[in-house]
Amino acid sequence: MPGLEVPTWDPETAMLIGAILLEAIVLYVGYAGLERLVGRRLMEFLVGGDSDAR
Amino acid sequence: MLGSVIGAVSGSPETVALFVGFGLVVGLLFGFFGMGGSFLVTPALLMLGYPASVAVGSGMAFVFGTAVIATLKHHDLGQVDYKLGAIMIAGTTIGIEVGRASVFYLESLGLAGGVISVVYVFLLGGIGLMVTRDALSGDSDGGIDHDADGDEDLSEYDIPEIATRIQETVRIPPMVTLRGDVRVSVWVITAVAFSTGVLSGFLGVGGGFIRMPAMIYAIGVPAPVAVGTDLFEIVFSGGIGSYLYGQSGGVDLSIVAPLLFGSALGARIGSAATAVVDADDIKVYFGGMLLAGSVAVGVGEVGSYLGNELLETVGLFLVIGAAVAVAGAIVFSTLRTLRSTRGRVTATTD
Repeated sequence: MPGLEVPTWDPETAMLIGAILLEAIVLYVGYAGLERLVGRRLMEFLVGGDSDAR
Repeated sequence: MLGSVIGAVSGSPETVALFVGFGLVVGLLFGFFGMGGSFLVTPALLMLGYPASVAVGSGMAFVFGTAVIATLKHHDLGQVDYKLGAIMIAGTTIGIEVGRASVFYLESLGLAGGVISVVYVFLLGGIGLMVTRDALSGDSDGGIDHDADGDEDLSEYDIPEIATRIQETVRIPPMVTLRGDVRVSVWVITAVAFSTGVLSGFLGVGGGFIRMPAMIYAIGVPAPVAVGTDLFEIVFSGGIGSYLYGQSGGVDLSIVAPLLFGSALGARIGSAATAVVDADDIKVYFGGMLLAGSVAVGVGEVGSYLGNELLETVGLFLVIGAAVAVAGAIVFSTLRTLRSTRGRVTATTD
């Protein structure tokens, strides 16, 4: 039976989790920038004018 | 090593598109309701035929990534109690490890997929019933307050009666004072953290849909702080849980990366929609989605037991269809509200 484990250092797993963390931060910053760039124009296209949606 | 990470995300275009689309839907639900998207991922992966440890491990890694994004936003709003989060991390981490060990033990017996599916059926069904009843009765106390923008004084929030009773009864030292002038025993916090951690580790979910009500009703934390602190805590517990699953080969980047890509965008749309549409109007759909998810997992499991592929496919379409329907209802209601507001403004101007 697999028992309880104390995490041990594993560079490959650390890199895997690090890649997910990095992707999350890049997406947070990237989508925020994209929203600033095209958000207003996209809302005008969808709603037919300026809106107070964030 | 970088090559192996990059190689891991290169799935077939259809699979990548499916995961990006599902991530978008899950993110939209998460951004709008503040909870409830992530626990659709593990059952969907189970129904797609992934081994239980991969479905749970990848589900948890997805929750970790989503929590990082959401915590960055809640930190800006001042809704994170770092002291409470730090106390909870220890209890949750041990709980997750107990839950994870249980998954691998059940997997060695060949029972993991079945037992996890049954727990999901009862959990989704139970919470779905509660939310639906709550929505139909017009009582909005059970949901997450999206309008809590941090401007309101946290000490003005009413502490639920049950939390007050726990605070008065369980006075085992050490006691700590939390944001909103809440004074509670560290042991109460640890018990809540451990029990929700077991569930997180077992089901591969962040556990927010259980931990948030537990923080509000057992610890007495104001709702906005419960949301922010829960997410902060998931960053650590989810990170450690994902690491442990990753060591056993349970985290598949070809699943997590496209899911996260879609969910980060969906979460922005969902949280923006909360400023336009009243969450209570959509809540009944949310409850219905959880109930449909419960039925879907049950149907899929019966199909798997009987070796009936049609039933398994029906289950998969039900769980994805229910999520897509609710996400669609949110987008539709948002656009309709915005267009009617725009129409009224134009008429007034004319």
